[in-house]
Amino acid sequence: MMENAKHTFDPDQYELPPKPAHKFRLNRRKFFAVVGSGLAVAFICKDVLSLAGEPAPQSAVPANQVGAWIHIGEDGTVSVYTGKVEVGQNIRTSLSQIVAEELHVSLQSINMIMGDTGLVPYDAGTFGSRSTPQMGTQLRKAAATAREALKEMAAKSWKTKPDLLQADQGNIIDPRTRNKISFGDLTKGQQLLLPIAEEVKVTPAADWLIAGKTVPKINGRSFITGKHKYVSDMKLPGMLYGKILRPPAYEAKLVDVDLTKAQAMTGVVVVRDGDFIGVAARDLRTADKALQVIHAKWETTRQPSTSEIFSYLLKNTTGGGGRNANNEKGNVEEGQAFADFKHTKTYHIHYIAHVPLEPRAALAQWAEGKLTVWTGTQRPFGVQEELSEVFNISKEKVRVIMPDTGSAYGGKHSGEAAIEAARLAQEAKKPVKLVWTRKEEFTWAYFRPAGVIEVSSGIKKDGTISAWKFNNYNSGASGLNTQYRISNQQIAYHPSDTPLKQGSYRGLASTANVFAREAHITDMARLLKMDQLEFRLLNTDDLRLKAVLEAAANAFGWNGNKKPAGRGYGISCGYEKGGYVATCAEVAVNSDKAVKVVRITQAFECGAIVHPLHLENQIMGSIVQGLGGALFEAIDFADGKILNASLSAYRVPRFGDMPKIDIVMLDRKDLPSAGAGEAAIIGVAPAVRNAILDASGVGLTTLPLVPDGVLSQRPA
Amino acid sequence: MTGKSVIVYFVNLLPDQNLTFMTLNINGVKQEVSAEPGTDLLSVLRNELDLTGSKYGCGEGACGACMVLINGKPAPSCITPATDAVGKEIITIEGLEKNGNLHPVQEAFLKADPFQCSYCASGIIMSSVALLRNNSTPSENEIITAMNRNICRCGTYLNIVKAIRLAAK
Repeated sequence: MMENAKHTFDPDQYELPPKPAHKFRLNRRKFFAVVGSGLAVAFICKDVLSLAGEPAPQSAVPANQVGAWIHIGEDGTVSVYTGKVEVGQNIRTSLSQIVAEELHVSLQSINMIMGDTGLVPYDAGTFGSRSTPQMGTQLRKAAATAREALKEMAAKSWKTKPDLLQADQGNIIDPRTRNKISFGDLTKGQQLLLPIAEEVKVTPAADWLIAGKTVPKINGRSFITGKHKYVSDMKLPGMLYGKILRPPAYEAKLVDVDLTKAQAMTGVVVVRDGDFIGVAARDLRTADKALQVIHAKWETTRQPSTSEIFSYLLKNTTGGGGRNANNEKGNVEEGQAFADFKHTKTYHIHYIAHVPLEPRAALAQWAEGKLTVWTGTQRPFGVQEELSEVFNISKEKVRVIMPDTGSAYGGKHSGEAAIEAARLAQEAKKPVKLVWTRKEEFTWAYFRPAGVIEVSSGIKKDGTISAWKFNNYNSGASGLNTQYRISNQQIAYHPSDTPLKQGSYRGLASTANVFAREAHITDMARLLKMDQLEFRLLNTDDLRLKAVLEAAANAFGWNGNKKPAGRGYGISCGYEKGGYVATCAEVAVNSDKAVKVVRITQAFECGAIVHPLHLENQIMGSIVQGLGGALFEAIDFADGKILNASLSAYRVPRFGDMPKIDIVMLDRKDLPSAGAGEAAIIGVAPAVRNAILDASGVGLTTLPLVPDGVLSQRPA
Repeated sequence: MTGKSVIVYFVNLLPDQNLTFMTLNINGVKQEVSAEPGTDLLSVLRNELDLTGSKYGCGEGACGACMVLINGKPAPSCITPATDAVGKEIITIEGLEKNGNLHPVQEAFLKADPFQCSYCASGIIMSSVALLRNNSTPSENEIITAMNRNICRCGTYLNIVKAIRLAAK
């Protein structure tokens, strides 16, 4: 059975680091000099080898290698060092829960040190829903290793067996003798560095006391009092404010520039380096003014616009296509020949923006040839590498620190603001802070790709899918494969030359691929006059997928409810990054063809739940962001300019856009916990599309579905 | 950018002459500030007074991250000229806590824990405080209407509504 079938995490091209990862060596003496004496459990294979006195292999740590360590200080403080970062997914809280659970300490005694390249081991970045399954699993083992080591230390001094002892609230106790010693007393004067014990016994989810529960958000109070310092809030003594002169369009070349007026301004630093022009001043107002008096002449070129993007992408394929570019099974032509019904459709997906509410920001400081940059990024080590390359200095001289940031959604992999701030700070010889404006964030960051997806299928009268041909142009490879039982398939991803910079997104290409697939599946069910849910259940063997489908349908009242006039129901399902999701939507289409999403019911399963409320927030947030992309979000552009680069022009979901949302969370304590920030988004667009079809007979094929809120197409 | 064509200019001339001096009443404290005519209140709060709880999100009053109370009414400080706030009572997120005690609305948000990245939190809490001052038992529709100027891009709107309902109790 497929109950525990492992679906490979297909990394998208944007999830793979541009280069093989770093070398990382842990020097024991240096390590304890930094963190203080005590007990530490580290997990990086190379470190472990070097600890054992064996030569470490020369090859770099693999890209998917996660590193971290847990340190128990002489005062009993538990510090966790990880390269993962907090972007709002509340991973700081859930990783703390996992460590607290295994060490049997209170949540408050855990100090998470995250995303600081000067303090934490290398980590490729916080993306791909990997923090929970990979970092969480490793930290769980590391904490359990530490716990067992502490028990052994206590057992030695009490001349008893470790198995007879227990960890309890930061102490090791002997329940029979009532002996008790604190972690701090055990680690005092020690410099004990242990490798992770792979076979260590960890607490089963069914026995969790701290993990698996809704606990208060770590540092919650600092966020609701406005005290948390995001990078855009930070200040250093003598700091200047930076601004960058932006070209009027993509690919614009600087022809001529007059800097004299800006140079003549009080306390203004002006930097020109090739086409890079930036200013820094004591206050933002002066920096703005300096920018305004710079007269630059740019040469621009004709570039594709929104109206021609889909034909452009089809015409400009670049070949290649990553790991899972082409999947072929059986014979699609034969499958089509045997089909009773055939269905062919082309789906179009527009570029959309992440719109993190905190735009890119960086604060850079140079001192003694070393560069420190505070910036909001999902890849502190990636930004460290970018800075090292741009400024031609070794990575050891670059420290990137990532304070918990104002969200990312896959949109903050890159280090543009960090580079710009560092360039200005280098010349100003003072710290420089640069905060992008909303327009800059809309224009100079990157987008979820636009794409064209062609699907043709063959179906037999008994409900068997006999052929599945799926060609994706430029949307990306995540979620490309079908979850259905189809003997003849031909699936391919064709990257194209993109006029707009594109990159990662929440759920990546799944938002496009699952839309096309699940829209098509519902169309096929209609051709057979079969229920959308029944058709899906008939064609899948995956029990986890069936479980979410049935849970969503039951909570929604798929079979029992009588639909009011003008209403339609839609359903979709899929899996991504280890999370399984099924979404039901009810949509109203009124006589004016206005479309309103009435309710969404979503069932989600990602193994054992670590924090129920924070999981609910992840799912709800995904549904809401998914609604934006489903209904109205789209980037409009022409000739290298973004035409709707503001929050008044680019519509994102608001309070008033909320349908009724019902979330069903399936807690599978028997399965390892997976990430939850991505899979929950993928079902929304197809479920809404399928509900519009059910209500109106119109099978929409373009995302966003109803940018003006009104159904313009007629039933086919 | 490490090419040879680097040109750097340091210039120091006379101080800026074009400043307006004003007194703002912020969180019950009179603050003397200088700003150019037309400077928005958010810039004054964040850059002059280091009150960074109010956030920049859009610069056009479209997202609510910069929301403050001016004479009890919610106002997006990024499009409010600082001079317009002279003689009025300005409350920012930093002014809600009294003697280390959270405002009841903050207490409710801490308990309900609806935020993810929390960048919108200050603005949402300020809008909620304004709403509940005028209407201690708002209906769902009244909450949605009052809060529609605030964007939470993490999208946990319905749990934010729950927090407001909890605060209303």
